[in-house]
Amino acid sequence: MSDNRMQEYWSKNLRYLAILLVVWFAVSYGCGILFADALNNIQIGGFKLGFWFAQQGAIYVFVVLIFVYVRWMNKLDKEYGVDED
Amino acid sequence: MILNDIILGAMGVQTWTAIIVGLTFLLYIGVAIWARAGSTSEFYVAGGGVPPLLNGMATAADWMSAASFISMAGLISFMGYQGAQYLMGWTGGYVLLALLLAPYLRKFGKFTVPDFIGDRYYSQTARLVAVICAIFVSFTYIVGQMKGVGIAFSRFLEVDFAYGVMIGTGIVFFYAVLGGMKGITYTQVAQYCVLIFAYLVPAIFISIQMVGNPIPQLGFGGNLVDGSGPLLAKLDLLHTDLGFKEYTTSHTGKVNLFFVTAALMLGTAGLPHVIVRFFTVPKVRDARKSAGWALVFIALLYTTAPAVAAFARTNLLNTVNDKSYASMPAWFGNWEKTGLLKFEDKNGDGKIQYYNDKNATYVQAATSKGWKGNELTVDRDIMVLANPEIANLPAWVIALVVAGGLAAALSTAAGLLLVISSSISHDLLKNFLMPGITEKQELTYARITIGVAVVIAAYFGINPPGFVAQVVAWAFGLAAASFFPAILLGIFYKRMNMQGAVAGMIVGLLFTGTYIIYFKYGGGTADQWWFGISPEGIGTLGMIFNFIVALAVSSFTPPPPENIQNLVEEIRIPRGAGAPADHD
Repeated sequence: MSDNRMQEYWSKNLRYLAILLVVWFAVSYGCGILFADALNNIQIGGFKLGFWFAQQGAIYVFVVLIFVYVRWMNKLDKEYGVDED
Repeated sequence: MILNDIILGAMGVQTWTAIIVGLTFLLYIGVAIWARAGSTSEFYVAGGGVPPLLNGMATAADWMSAASFISMAGLISFMGYQGAQYLMGWTGGYVLLALLLAPYLRKFGKFTVPDFIGDRYYSQTARLVAVICAIFVSFTYIVGQMKGVGIAFSRFLEVDFAYGVMIGTGIVFFYAVLGGMKGITYTQVAQYCVLIFAYLVPAIFISIQMVGNPIPQLGFGGNLVDGSGPLLAKLDLLHTDLGFKEYTTSHTGKVNLFFVTAALMLGTAGLPHVIVRFFTVPKVRDARKSAGWALVFIALLYTTAPAVAAFARTNLLNTVNDKSYASMPAWFGNWEKTGLLKFEDKNGDGKIQYYNDKNATYVQAATSKGWKGNELTVDRDIMVLANPEIANLPAWVIALVVAGGLAAALSTAAGLLLVISSSISHDLLKNFLMPGITEKQELTYARITIGVAVVIAAYFGINPPGFVAQVVAWAFGLAAASFFPAILLGIFYKRMNMQGAVAGMIVGLLFTGTYIIYFKYGGGTADQWWFGISPEGIGTLGMIFNFIVALAVSSFTPPPPENIQNLVEEIRIPRGAGAPADHD
């Protein structure tokens, strides 16, 4: 692979990482910690929303994030011909 | 005798425990014999041939320790909302691991974390620092497992705590020595199944019992079946009625919560025994997927834990408070015997008063009722194990929980022992002291090391320094402050050189270690905490220092040689990942 293509592949990878990590930060540190008090004013079922994010919601989002990453990267690897098949 | 009990249907908890624990141990030993290792590659990384789903399961068991299984829900039930630091901390790190480390380390394709550090930073010094970090972190962590094993044995098989630890270490020793990574991996798959089953069954039972919902994750947001409204609202009320802070809201500074959560996340991503799991899958693509599966399996327990915590807390408060001591159910007396539950009738009224006697305004009200201080001390570590008894579940469920706790402790201990043994036999002996040894000799040394490590771990397990989860939290802090920056910069910053990485690791480790020792043993008090950060959270600051020092030092020292820069280019693309190999 040429250096240019390699650069492009890598910067796309970094862009994906940035997007996913922003979401990661937002659900855990954002909704679960920093804004938890404000979100606690919203009630979902028997849960206060801030509490729910801190003890449940953030974890569900984490799982989804990894599988989105796997999907994106597999596609990217194929596009740039660096996959393992 | 046992047969008679079965026929009469009156088999006690102890008999059930002996049977279920015995059966699971046989299962682990059987698996270990079936999957024993023949080569160093099989011993260290299972020959790199574990399918991603199974590897995810093994990773989950490897990583969910006695702290996760036994201590965590107990801690949450005492901490309430604040317990989220463990929930998010110990799951969020997997996102970092999957996105930032696992695929690249798999592509790099050697056996150990010190291998990566040593090669990437072209330096035996860096390798040595990494080896010391790995051993230190793993030992800190393994002590917590041993204490968990001891608790489970001492309470349920009614053997002495010390013997409990020895039996547990004996079992781990057996299959770790025999099977290496390959044996451990497949044993861990079995252990995951045991532990998750053991965790979910009582949680589901209790959830049905208390809120009529078989899914605990939804149940603890539901309404109590006795018609007294939402469980969490009831729990908040019980708490404020006894002078405690509300269960579902935060009541201390956010800074410390933020730092502890971060330290646990970054630590997860930096723990050598977790990282090494991603060397065991066949491809880079599998390493990514495997981290996802690991988190799925972990999340199953981690989303159940807060439900268990809320149920247990409600049950405990309802059962004990202001009730007469004589009317306490059998579990109360059983746990008193272990010394982990203590009742002291301060006002001599024969009733148990459990409340927050540190809350000055509440104490006034309590004194006027004739209460003379909190009379009940509950060791947090017993909550999960006592929970099924408190909820009156059948004896076999209680026995199952014991087997699950042991599975969690043993699987993690085995993974850690392997890191310790590979650090010493592979990184230290093979790469430093006796480069000439054959593969067979290396294997022998690896096995001897496990034996020695097990004895040391057992000693500290019998004389443990603190709550299980707290001890473990240290290991995470140290991993966050030492490995995480070195590995991350090694992959994402081509210009990072040996001088920077070594300086960073040393600063991170020394700073974090000193802080923890000062505040845990050196007489430091909470009001001296920097920015209000507790020793559990200080790893985050240590990591920031590591980054700063590493970047600063590398900026005025020469860049890494050409071949290292090429190595970095190489690990950034998946194509060409072969089986993990020994040094050329």
